[in-house]
Amino acid sequence: MTDPDVNKMTAPTNQIDPSEVDLLPPVKTFPVERVLRVAIPIIMLGLLVLLWAWYVDAYDVPHYILPSPMRVATAMVTDWPILSAALVITLEITLTALGIALVGGLGLAILMSQSRWIELALYPYAVILQVTPIVAIAPLILIYAPTTYSALLICAWLVAFFPILSNTTQGLKSTDHNLLNLFELYGASRWQTLYYLKLPNALPYFLAGLRIAGGLALIAAVVAEFAAGSAGAQSGLAFRLLESQFRLNIPRLFAALILLSATGVVIFSITSLVSHLFLRKWHESALKREN
Amino acid sequence: MTNGTATADTSPSVADAASKPLVSLKGISKTFSNGTVALQNMTLDIQQGQFISLLGPSGCGKSTALRIIAGLGDPTSGNIEWPTSGYDATGKAMPEISFVFQEPTLMPWATVFGNVWLPLRLKGISKKDARERVEEALDMVGLHNFANAYPRELSGGMKMRVSIARALVTRPKLLLMDEPFAALDEITRHKLNDDLLRLWETFGWTVLFVTHSVYESVYLSNRIVVMAARPGRVVNDMAVPAPYPRDDTFRTSSVYNDFCRDASSALHAAMGANDHL
Repeated sequence: MTDPDVNKMTAPTNQIDPSEVDLLPPVKTFPVERVLRVAIPIIMLGLLVLLWAWYVDAYDVPHYILPSPMRVATAMVTDWPILSAALVITLEITLTALGIALVGGLGLAILMSQSRWIELALYPYAVILQVTPIVAIAPLILIYAPTTYSALLICAWLVAFFPILSNTTQGLKSTDHNLLNLFELYGASRWQTLYYLKLPNALPYFLAGLRIAGGLALIAAVVAEFAAGSAGAQSGLAFRLLESQFRLNIPRLFAALILLSATGVVIFSITSLVSHLFLRKWHESALKREN
Repeated sequence: MTNGTATADTSPSVADAASKPLVSLKGISKTFSNGTVALQNMTLDIQQGQFISLLGPSGCGKSTALRIIAGLGDPTSGNIEWPTSGYDATGKAMPEISFVFQEPTLMPWATVFGNVWLPLRLKGISKKDARERVEEALDMVGLHNFANAYPRELSGGMKMRVSIARALVTRPKLLLMDEPFAALDEITRHKLNDDLLRLWETFGWTVLFVTHSVYESVYLSNRIVVMAARPGRVVNDMAVPAPYPRDDTFRTSSVYNDFCRDASSALHAAMGANDHL
């Protein structure tokens, strides 16, 4: 590391031993590798769809058992008004639940990290709510909640809440003891220690929790809607799934299923991207390993 | 135990040595909750401008003593006096101290600048106002080109330099160092020893340096306090009246050798004292 500026320095120790300097070179990806990383999954998907189309055609499978990809695509287009309305409802429930879980989980984790007594009082109930299967509580929630919509929201929130809470709590607790000592030494207030030390330290844990919670919120929204059954006045994708099954409208069932999967993938991608953007500069998980 | 004030102090701040001690430990004892006596009746006067090494085997309470001086944990008995420091409204001493841990103890999410800024930031000094002092501290340790690097991009020696810069940014009167170079390779350690001595000679603060290396303690300090384990206590207090600046010539001189032999035998006597316990 020969920098001309080094000579300008006036301090007594103005030389850096070259052996001490170990900056990582910038990571380079070859264009070919980049293209392949996108191309291979797409080609694989195309091959699977072709295999599916060939199988349905070659073995004359009836469309109420397994529709061909073309029929599913047609259903997607013709039933789009119904499906898109359902998608919006499912998305609304999932994202609202995730949002409340995010704020609530983070808030409660901070509260519990401030006082051992609060943690002792509240944590068991968070665990109980988490380990009790959501399908088992859903009927009760449906009775108590004013609307089916709010019942679905509560169910999705209950499930998404816990990963954020437990991960953030773990992150807040696993702060380096030497750094805590350092903050104490420099007379940091409780708020400063939380804001400058504990929260940044908990960030990777929180983001891991968020990624899990994103997927779980969608799953819970679907499961809760199954539990609600035909009580759903405003119907999400899960209700359309059940309805299509009863009517043996299997192409539409497939279309709804594809929309659900796609939603899950998009939620996962977005939470992963958020996580990457926050951690790319410093956290081991976001850095490329080079040997 | 000889009196610490009697040591021949050849540091630039020799004039201060005659005045009141910077910190005075009076009969400090520390017993942990499991019954271990980490420190027994430790009495020590630290004069301004001294470079003192606490030398001893593991378990002799040298780190405990350092932490008690830093205010991290209270002694079970005894008290610490800061005759030259200010006091806050509650009568608690507010000594100007900094601590360098054995590990660099940097925040991985903050840049080198952010890490060095931390002590000032906790005092409410904005980034803009702190910039000059942070850059000055980084200059001192030769890292001013790395202000925007993240700790993980640095080698072990450079991380330790950041840690030292963070300790210096508050311009402390007393620098407490807990085996700061123990985890580094020998070449890097020599380099950092030299740099630390240059800084100390230039700025004339007081250093209390914990180490288990006889050679490091003799090379760096003008006073070595030898400690023994079980129970942790001071067994010897020797002066190293070799003149500064010290460099490789000193490291290979017969004088250095003699001091090392003395310190080594004091240490062995300290360890031998345990055999009958």
